[in-house]
Amino acid sequence: MSALRLEVEDFLFHEADLLDRWQLDDWLALLTHDAAYFVPPNDKPDGDHNTTLFIVADDIVRLRERIIRLKDPSCHAEWPPSRTRRIIGNVKASEADGEIQVRANFTLNRHRRGGDIRSFSGEYRYRLRRENGALKIAERRAVLDAEELGHMGSVSFLL
Amino acid sequence: MEAIMAGNKGSTMRNSSEWVLEDRDADQFLVNRQVFISDDILQKEWDVIFRTCWIYIGHGSEIRNPGDFRTRKVAGRQMIFCRDKDGTVRAMLNVCPHRGALVCREREGNARGFFCMYHGWTFQTDGSLRSGPGLDAYGPKFDKAAHGLVQAPRLEHYRDFYFINFDPDAVSLNDYLADAKDYIDIVVDQSPSGQMEIVSGTQEYDIKANWKLLVENSVDDYHIITTHSTWINYMSNSGVDMRRPKGSLLPSLGAGKNLGNGHLTTDNPNYRGRPVARWISVYGEEAKEDIDNIRAELVARLGEARAARVADTNRNLVIFPNLVINDGSSVTVRNFTPVSPGLMKVTSYALGPVEETEAQRARRLHAFLTFYGPGGFATPDDVAALEAAQEGYAAWREAPWNDLSRGMYKSEDDQLDTDEGHIRTFWRRWKELMETPV
Repeated sequence: MSALRLEVEDFLFHEADLLDRWQLDDWLALLTHDAAYFVPPNDKPDGDHNTTLFIVADDIVRLRERIIRLKDPSCHAEWPPSRTRRIIGNVKASEADGEIQVRANFTLNRHRRGGDIRSFSGEYRYRLRRENGALKIAERRAVLDAEELGHMGSVSFLL
Repeated sequence: MEAIMAGNKGSTMRNSSEWVLEDRDADQFLVNRQVFISDDILQKEWDVIFRTCWIYIGHGSEIRNPGDFRTRKVAGRQMIFCRDKDGTVRAMLNVCPHRGALVCREREGNARGFFCMYHGWTFQTDGSLRSGPGLDAYGPKFDKAAHGLVQAPRLEHYRDFYFINFDPDAVSLNDYLADAKDYIDIVVDQSPSGQMEIVSGTQEYDIKANWKLLVENSVDDYHIITTHSTWINYMSNSGVDMRRPKGSLLPSLGAGKNLGNGHLTTDNPNYRGRPVARWISVYGEEAKEDIDNIRAELVARLGEARAARVADTNRNLVIFPNLVINDGSSVTVRNFTPVSPGLMKVTSYALGPVEETEAQRARRLHAFLTFYGPGGFATPDDVAALEAAQEGYAAWREAPWNDLSRGMYKSEDDQLDTDEGHIRTFWRRWKELMETPV
């Protein structure tokens, strides 16, 4: 049993809990000062956001603005906030050069009033760092399995 | 008209003359909500609009080399958009002439030919039948030349935007585009060589709403202050001046324009920044010099006035019926196709000059996502608004009318982007086509 994997799993489960509970300021506190968040396009899951049009490619500045938006009742796509539930598994973690590389599978269901369930599945890819003994997210990438967003529609919440 | 607004005539299916009502004396323009929910109306749209209008299929840059192909659904048909081995651009039905299966099931690539996995017929990149197992069984009268992939009856392009038409007798694309060509030219003038390209990465998402709502929404600047207030806050927080002059709904006063044949555009002085070549704080201080250089190139090539047109104005352009080019915070090429009256599939790309440096391309893509796309700061709220409207239309019998009368009391030349004069031109053309007998 890997101590690193257990530590990372605990961290990811905690993060998932914050996101599903919309405790977005607490989630922001998990990020490094230079963190980034990516959702690549379905047809180029391994693309580079500098040369490929992504669905989301936020640096920390825009990520903070995204949280401001998500907390605003005028964020119509997420008001009332979606109910989401994510299950994380198959966690793989390795540490090198002061960073922890993580890959984990996820499934996420998004529910809205009057709507059908929108199911997302894919792989989370993280770069984590230790700051003052605590794990922090330097990069977070949600790579979707589907060939197109299709019925998932918008990625207006934090995937 | 008053009686109609009250809804007492709204309870029965209307004939086509009552789908769009225009009362110039009362300055009132109404669209019956039935047009968003009726299967019969969608069927007529397939028969009339999507079969006789020029429909966008792709951009030349997506198939640069001989053998390059993209498969996509266009006007409800599975198509192959490719450059054959001799360099000719083709638009062919992705349908085996033998028994109808797809002959190419990959999204994109480079092919020496196409192969039907059902019975093994193979086709050249120009669509002609190359071979098949045991073709001799069809006997001596079998005409190989008549068994190629079906070509789109018409395929033409304007400045590398390729369109197809299923009506062999349609007017030329050049005539069809009418004044929309001038606005495509402004977009393409961003490139020193006049060559734009589709950037890698496709946003493909569904909206549970009628396709015509996205036409309206793409050019409707009246909704911005409410639907996109969080985007406005984001821009303000980032140091962009979003103050509105007294009496204006937006930071600048723009125009809504009729471009003929159902095409329309907004035409606005820019306030939201443009990678070509209008700096805003979102780009960062380090981008200032680069933006100045882009601008200097524009001025040297095009002169001051035209450079200002390219750099300092933005436009959301609708090419009737279902192509939108948003040349705003970045450039999107977005088309959408109905699946059912209440569902459309949207495909969206970024467009940029081929000469862009890596830093310029990265800035363009970053700017794109400030507003556009299913993860942007604005598009998801558009989707929410359209889906909310579609929900409302279930009550079309009791609440039958959409009102598109803004600015109608003024002349056509005085229509603002926050008026609805340009949107009315779409509906007039839609009505005209829908009243033609099939």
